[in-house]
Amino acid sequence: MKGKKKDYLLLKIATIFLVILFLFIAQRSFDAYILRILNLSGIYVILGVSLNLINGFTGQFSLGHAGFMAIGAYASALLYMSPELKEVNYFIAPLIWPFSVIQVPFVFSLIFAGLLSAGVGFLVGAPCLRLKGDYLAIVTFGFSEIIRVLFNNLQSITNGPLGLKGLPTYTNLWWSWGIAIFTIWFIKNLVNSSYGRALKSIREDEVAAEAMGVNLFYHKVLSFVVGAFFAGIGGALLGSLLMTIDPNSFGFAMTFQIIIIVIVGGLGSIAGSVIVGILFAILMEVLRAVESPMNILGLKIPGIPGMRMLIFSILLMIVVLFFQQGLMGTREWSWEWLHHKLTRTKKELEEGS
Amino acid sequence: MSLSIFFQNLINAISLGFLFALIAIGYTMVYGVLRLINFAHGDIFMMAAFFVFYTMTIFSLPWGIACLVAIVLTMLLGLSVERVAYRPLRNAPRISSLCSAIGVSFLLENFAVVVFGGRPKSFYCPEFFTKTFILGGVRVLGINFVTPLVSIVFLSLLSYLVYRTKNGLAMRAISKDFDTARLMGINIDRTISFTFMIGSGLAAVGAILWASRYPQIWPFMGVFPGWRAFTAAIIGGIGSIRGAMVGGFLVGFISIMLVAFLPELAGYKDAFIFIALILVLLFKPEGLFGEE
Repeated sequence: MKGKKKDYLLLKIATIFLVILFLFIAQRSFDAYILRILNLSGIYVILGVSLNLINGFTGQFSLGHAGFMAIGAYASALLYMSPELKEVNYFIAPLIWPFSVIQVPFVFSLIFAGLLSAGVGFLVGAPCLRLKGDYLAIVTFGFSEIIRVLFNNLQSITNGPLGLKGLPTYTNLWWSWGIAIFTIWFIKNLVNSSYGRALKSIREDEVAAEAMGVNLFYHKVLSFVVGAFFAGIGGALLGSLLMTIDPNSFGFAMTFQIIIIVIVGGLGSIAGSVIVGILFAILMEVLRAVESPMNILGLKIPGIPGMRMLIFSILLMIVVLFFQQGLMGTREWSWEWLHHKLTRTKKELEEGS
Repeated sequence: MSLSIFFQNLINAISLGFLFALIAIGYTMVYGVLRLINFAHGDIFMMAAFFVFYTMTIFSLPWGIACLVAIVLTMLLGLSVERVAYRPLRNAPRISSLCSAIGVSFLLENFAVVVFGGRPKSFYCPEFFTKTFILGGVRVLGINFVTPLVSIVFLSLLSYLVYRTKNGLAMRAISKDFDTARLMGINIDRTISFTFMIGSGLAAVGAILWASRYPQIWPFMGVFPGWRAFTAAIIGGIGSIRGAMVGGFLVGFISIMLVAFLPELAGYKDAFIFIALILVLLFKPEGLFGEE
């Protein structure tokens, strides 16, 4: 038993070392295009895993992720932008007082973005989580639309429909993947704790869970608030990566992308969300090819705008109709599994030779 | 604000209210039989407008016939959406059909972007619709006469269908108790298909009237009318046809009167509608006329 634990520890250290090495090399030598895809995949992982906590593990179908992302993106940008940059951006109506003069380091703005988003998550979740199924989905969607409308109109806080432009690029691989790994670690531990068992019991049968003494309200709100926290941080990272924040980009289309990641990866599987989150970021770029004109063997094929999202919608429908479990179902990767795979292949190799 | 302008807005609001009622009934009827919120309804509405547009431009049919063809095509579309996306999941967990509904909605929108193009197209409508009439100082658009009339005709047809025919009885039985209705020998599949056809047909009528009112059609035109009509259905009590009509009027009034009387809040219009939706769901989830 002890030897095995030691093996896992070695495995963990080796994996962490490899990941850090990869990030180090990638950040140094990859070109901007690939770095952007890698950053985006890290952000999609954060968003996918956090939505999976609410939709997959707790079984409360939320459509409000884009709203929390918008809150995070704006809250952090208002803190990390320099006062001069704010003055340039807010030329219609000046920014209200405390935000117009302060500037804090990126890390604090991220934490604030997460906390504010979590706070709003609590305010929304506490009354709304009484509702079930479709109704909860509608209310959370309504919430994210209200956020979008507010951010479009509050000229002196969010700069209205003009959005924010020319943001400094703080997001790099260390931030996006560092926080992605932290998110995976945090939510994995949460799911495997007694809290996680309570969340899963709520998903399976609310009445039975309550009869067993699970505090429904507390646990539902907990998962909602944690999900909102990471969604806020994901939104903040996205804003700084894209260098611009447009209130209308946080509409239903954004939530839909995260929903695709969670459903295709498997409701209730962190590993699934991680794999599909990375694949989604890559496919979004690769499939750009079908939207731009192609020239194959002298045959000119005009680009078809909108084709990418059509392909993703068809993919989602196929998964929903024929593979309801998604890619991973509720299965996970674990250190045990990885260890087993590695040792088995080694033994087999030895036997083979 | 003079009295004539008030009446002008009032007529606008009534006409818009009828439109929302027509669309809201599609949500309500589907929810009644399937306990499913048909997220794709707004996009079926959008497809109907494009059906009119393309039957007119490709087959150069006159407007009236194009409308009839479009209504039939939309009914078939509603039928096939149910067959393909909802029927296989009828016994699956509720979340699956919810995902499927959201997926169909996005599929139709993106299909429209790819096939019809994302740029708005102008929609033909008879001259009478856009003519302005002056009645005692009140300016009224032709469409504001047409919309209530057409809506009243279709809503009376619908009430006849639901309350006076065997199919309507089957629909009401299913919405009361799905399993018992099946045991009583009601053909569930056929009745559900029928419900989808009626709902989509009314959405098509709504779409034609809507596109004549705001004569531009584009792939996302169904999103906001869809959500407002959905809000109307919830406020009135989902599952209740009378409720859908009352809710439709309320939402129509909020949309028009807010812009007319408090123009500085006009930008927040959708926020008010969604706040109303959330409040109703939280405090009176059965709506004004819904069943307990």
